[in-house]
Amino acid sequence: MTTKTFKGGTHPPHDKPAAGKAIVTAKVPAKVVIPLSQHIGAPCEPLVKVGDEVKMGQKIGSSDSFISAPVHSSVSGTVVEIAPHPHPGGSPSMAVVIENDGKDTWADGVKPKKNLDELTGEEIIEITKEAGVVGLGGAAFPTHVKLIPSEEGLDALILNGAECEPYLTVDHRLMVERPGDMIFGAKAMMKALKTNKCFIGIEVNKPDAISAIREAIGGDSSIEVVELEVKYPQGSGKQLVTAVMDGLEVPTGERSTAVGVQVANTATALAVGDAIKTGTPLIKQAITVAGSGVNESGNFLVRIGTMVPELLEQAGGLKDDAAKMIWGGPMMGGAQASIDLPIIKASSGILFFTEDEVVIDEILACIKCGRCLDVCPAYLMPNTIASASEADNSDLAAKYNAEDCIECGSCSFVCPSKRPVLQWIRLAKADIAAKNRK
Amino acid sequence: MENLAVEKKFVVSSSPHVKSPETVQKIMTDVLIALVPAVVAAAVFFREQAIIPIVICLIAAMATEFVLVRKGGFFSDGSAAVTGVLLALTLPPGVSWWICVIGSVTAIFLGKYVFGGLGNNIFNPALVGRAVLLASWGTRMTEWYSPIDLQSTATPLAEPGAASMLDLFTGSVAGSLGETSAIALLIGAAYLLYKKHINWRIPGGYIISAFILGALISPAGFQFELADGLFHVLAGGLLLGALFMATDMVTSPVTPKGQLIFGVGCGILTVLIRVYGNFPEGVTFAILIMNAVTPLIDDATKPRIYGGVKS
Repeated sequence: MTTKTFKGGTHPPHDKPAAGKAIVTAKVPAKVVIPLSQHIGAPCEPLVKVGDEVKMGQKIGSSDSFISAPVHSSVSGTVVEIAPHPHPGGSPSMAVVIENDGKDTWADGVKPKKNLDELTGEEIIEITKEAGVVGLGGAAFPTHVKLIPSEEGLDALILNGAECEPYLTVDHRLMVERPGDMIFGAKAMMKALKTNKCFIGIEVNKPDAISAIREAIGGDSSIEVVELEVKYPQGSGKQLVTAVMDGLEVPTGERSTAVGVQVANTATALAVGDAIKTGTPLIKQAITVAGSGVNESGNFLVRIGTMVPELLEQAGGLKDDAAKMIWGGPMMGGAQASIDLPIIKASSGILFFTEDEVVIDEILACIKCGRCLDVCPAYLMPNTIASASEADNSDLAAKYNAEDCIECGSCSFVCPSKRPVLQWIRLAKADIAAKNRK
Repeated sequence: MENLAVEKKFVVSSSPHVKSPETVQKIMTDVLIALVPAVVAAAVFFREQAIIPIVICLIAAMATEFVLVRKGGFFSDGSAAVTGVLLALTLPPGVSWWICVIGSVTAIFLGKYVFGGLGNNIFNPALVGRAVLLASWGTRMTEWYSPIDLQSTATPLAEPGAASMLDLFTGSVAGSLGETSAIALLIGAAYLLYKKHINWRIPGGYIISAFILGALISPAGFQFELADGLFHVLAGGLLLGALFMATDMVTSPVTPKGQLIFGVGCGILTVLIRVYGNFPEGVTFAILIMNAVTPLIDDATKPRIYGGVKS
């Protein structure tokens, strides 16, 4: 069978030290810090106040906004504080701090829903919404919004099991360890979306995931595994659509639904499945802890709101020369100054690198080697946009379609002059967006 | 574990956090490696008359860069060494030492430094050096020796038909140091292709267009002589230009279509200058002219963006 892919892209060193390590359930912390904003969209308003007793799975924050997702308590215990708290997204966010009573008493509403056959699409969307499911590929877009069927109909749902970022291995592990539940979730999503086809794209460096998922699918011809070439950014939504749908491109400025496909992460399908099968809201997150700065890399299932230092203890702690912390993968993740952060929904990994890997390179002039053009999956001229941005000329950057950049970072990765190409493009994009708002 | 207790602050920078091992210095080193066959061929055919100018150019170019930039050591990013060797390969055997020095200093200073250093230069530095030498000491720049007996002779371009195609291919003909042996240049270019520092578009466009136009026109008028086309490709500095000068990253287009247009433009201009121009050779000025229009070519050949209208 041939592997499918998109045009462009690059091959970052494919270190996946935790790929063979089963997901370990992390120790439940004595205290959780649950931010009220763990998704794209409106932050939640707290539904509890300091001193309240809460149960595990109880909704503690919600919003009336269309694009938002409720948050739930990941432990049972007492609310001790509601205050702004450091957030992996960068700026502090209101968070509910809960002291764990250690009993893990479930909230009343947490019980298995009806059989999939008996549920309507609307009910599936409502269950997904109430469970606070968001896109677990990293974007954290509220999933129930994406499950609303489009009027034009949908050709296919594509589940993203590419996991093309180095180091990250949770999607891989979830596919290997819970393929049946994932396929169940996929079927629920198909029903909500009113589509008869589902493709699951998996890079061929995960043969165990491919065979586990194929086995779970069994004879069902409506769900199909698509083997993908190992190439970054294969897991980017639009690039995945192009690979799976044989070259189909999502028009610029549009979402994939414009060409009749919806994309979601494999872990998201699992969360939807769990919300129906067991009734549990999204209160646990599978996360990879890896990198040269960590003593023991691994995959962990952690309660949302667990503070990073507590998780790190279970990964054998940090090495003394750990010098950089990355939230997510090394290509697109954000560097964090401090480990004093809670694990939230869609946190796919935390990586630590030692001093010798944290090199701030000298920036040389662009030698116009064209490597960034070769790798750009959006077919842009990253060098030209970056140089325009460097010269503070965002109009020129806009002329070269800076807004179509998907920020995968392939350009910066390949640049022999070690230019922060993407960083300059981001600056141009922000400037263009600011001008457009005027 | 103690470090968890104290608040540790980490380095923060923009993503991506991993970088490919490729550097400018590594690319330039590869170009130098690719030039080794041509240098060896020159040394075999012209002996000390080749070795001395190459060494002088190499040292003069690197020294000029070192004095001007004073950064990164004598080899620095390696681009000055490339410029020095390339310039030397365009010079006639046994050329005076001071021509080598003036050419190298000019190449680095006027060709590169005044524009703001590597990456900002518009013209191929080695060709700027050569153009200045051609304009200043035209006679000395065109004194050729036969590699057989090291006696003064004309280049095959001035006397078409005097050299056999086989001699042109192996390099046993009169000419500049590095341009005589097609096979040595092709071996070097194959290495650059393998390392993906160059692609087929510029050399391919250059060679094929020169071959076709060379077969079609001659000073006597229109014709159809495939042998003349082949002669244009193998004689003079066309292969050195097409494989090592026109492919200079800094001064050639970055877009795939642009690279093809650039190569074809170089090929057409080279043959036009050779057939109708004052000089027997046209490679230098053909490439310099195309260097000048490179920004326009890049702008006009912007690739179709993902999800944009199919062209």
